[in-house]
Amino acid sequence: MRTLKLRILRGSPTLGRQYQTFTVTLPDEANIIDGVEQIFGHQDHSLMFRHACHHASCGLCGARVNGRERLMCITPVSEFPDGATVTLEPLRNFPWVGDLAVDVKPLLQKMDMVGLPYSREDELADSPEPGNRFEDCIECGLCMSACPVVGSSTKYLGPAPLAGLARLIQEPREVDFSKACALGKSPHGVWRCHSAMECTEVCPSDVDPSQAIGWLRRFYTFKKK
Amino acid sequence: MSLHALIIGAGSTGTAVAHDLALRGFRVTVVERGEIASETTGRNHGLLHSGGRYAMTDPEAAQECAEENALMRKLMPDLLERNDGLFVAINEEDLTYRERFLEGCARAGIPAQELTPKQALELEPHLNPKLLTAIRVPDGVFDPFHFSMAFLATAKLNGAVVYTYTEVIDFVWSGRSITGVKVLDRRTKKESVLGADLVINAAGPWGGEIGQMAGIKHIAMVPTAGIMVAVHRRWSKRIINRLNRPGDGDIIVPQRRNSVIGTTSWVVQDPDQIPVPPEQIKQMLDCGTLLVPAFATAPLRGVSAAARPLLDKTVGGGKVEGRELTRGFDCFNHAADGAEGLFSILGGKTTTSRAMAEKLGDIVGRVTGVTTPCRTKEVPLATYRAFYRS
Repeated sequence: MRTLKLRILRGSPTLGRQYQTFTVTLPDEANIIDGVEQIFGHQDHSLMFRHACHHASCGLCGARVNGRERLMCITPVSEFPDGATVTLEPLRNFPWVGDLAVDVKPLLQKMDMVGLPYSREDELADSPEPGNRFEDCIECGLCMSACPVVGSSTKYLGPAPLAGLARLIQEPREVDFSKACALGKSPHGVWRCHSAMECTEVCPSDVDPSQAIGWLRRFYTFKKK
Repeated sequence: MSLHALIIGAGSTGTAVAHDLALRGFRVTVVERGEIASETTGRNHGLLHSGGRYAMTDPEAAQECAEENALMRKLMPDLLERNDGLFVAINEEDLTYRERFLEGCARAGIPAQELTPKQALELEPHLNPKLLTAIRVPDGVFDPFHFSMAFLATAKLNGAVVYTYTEVIDFVWSGRSITGVKVLDRRTKKESVLGADLVINAAGPWGGEIGQMAGIKHIAMVPTAGIMVAVHRRWSKRIINRLNRPGDGDIIVPQRRNSVIGTTSWVVQDPDQIPVPPEQIKQMLDCGTLLVPAFATAPLRGVSAAARPLLDKTVGGGKVEGRELTRGFDCFNHAADGAEGLFSILGGKTTTSRAMAEKLGDIVGRVTGVTTPCRTKEVPLATYRAFYRS
């Protein structure tokens, strides 16, 4: 077992903001989300946070853990020494709902503009039906929070939507190819990226948006010739 | 003017009911205390059952799964991994279930194809090489959050209104009739009243608490927890089930970049307080290792537990635990309990949430005189991203 002090940014746009520290004791196998659930269940039922699957598939529990964008469900408490204080804050660059919860609408609207299908073809041998699996991007928003350009302009498409666009152009699936191409090279598309590479750094799903943006830039550059 | 139906809970049940009632012409409001599909639904296995799991023990559930599975493939094709599943026999005891399983599948209308161990290993090279047989069935994988979002997005396009982070704290009465709910907006800490012609309790394992709020002493539902353990990497393309009686740790679901093994079953008092028992993590990994040996060394990715709202068919006598509780569902009209206008829909499985909503919609339709038939079998679901369009 280990004891951590979770220092959480509380409040909402109407209630104001302040930090509140809770002490939780958890098994060594636990993750930060278990501590947050423990606070909700035992200490403060007003705590707002988003979560669902607890294994990095749903993308709901993104937060800044000691300033870094992480999924709380795969941030092991064993990373922190017994007695440590861990600061939890909501993701940046999204409308704040309250406490650790944000409204992911801006990201989902951009993903909707891109139109990346949720599932992709997979190599499924020997089946009458085509096989498929879900795309890797879980639309968690960590990259949008970490990206300095998204922080400076809400219009910038941002890392996850651009990575989705690269997937579509590489593997077009029932989408308007010319519309997809136009979106990526719009004034709010790939050329606004400053190559800070924070997106790739924080992505919990190895999507590597900065690599995808690089690919898109080469695509647009050489396509003209 | 259309009747106003207020639904408590935005898990797979509440969101499917919202979709069903919106299509029948009701004005629909959904109230959810947290985020959509954040509890029982969010932490389920993500297995779109072929019905195979229930083929030997519960023919009714098996047939219902088979029908809904085929239907959901048509209604939400983009939201499913149509990667099918295998039931695998590892030892001689497993093998004794082979014929019963095949018969059960035939009876329930589940397409089942037996493979030789060699064929199975060609399809799934990480399977236990000692397997004795494998039977292929049309299981699928869904993402529970987006599954519910697709129902809700479609309901919204049909006029439904959704309030998240809004908790029901009391009912509003007119005599013996419920005429609305009092809610707390958790973002502002302000209370307000939402009027309604009828209220649907779709609060899953919290359904008992909602019932008590309306003065209903006992709701025939037992919150029953189960654990899920995820390891890194997809160790199979398909769902891998153990061919045996349904038990602990006998299903592996590839989900995104993980493989998820589950589950167990124990009755809990408070669905808000379910610590993960550390010994069950090892139990799950051991079970997973039997089916896919790589589970022994694969790095752990995530662990969770959530309560399922299982129907208690023994109300009035007897005591049952966990797995003996039915996986079926039931709808209750609480007019008989002195709460006119209140309905509960409890139990069931995410795979069959559309069918559950259809049954509740039929009951609500009969009580209210709304004769519009159910249309959820024909209307394809919108993309989950449409939820965020307005």
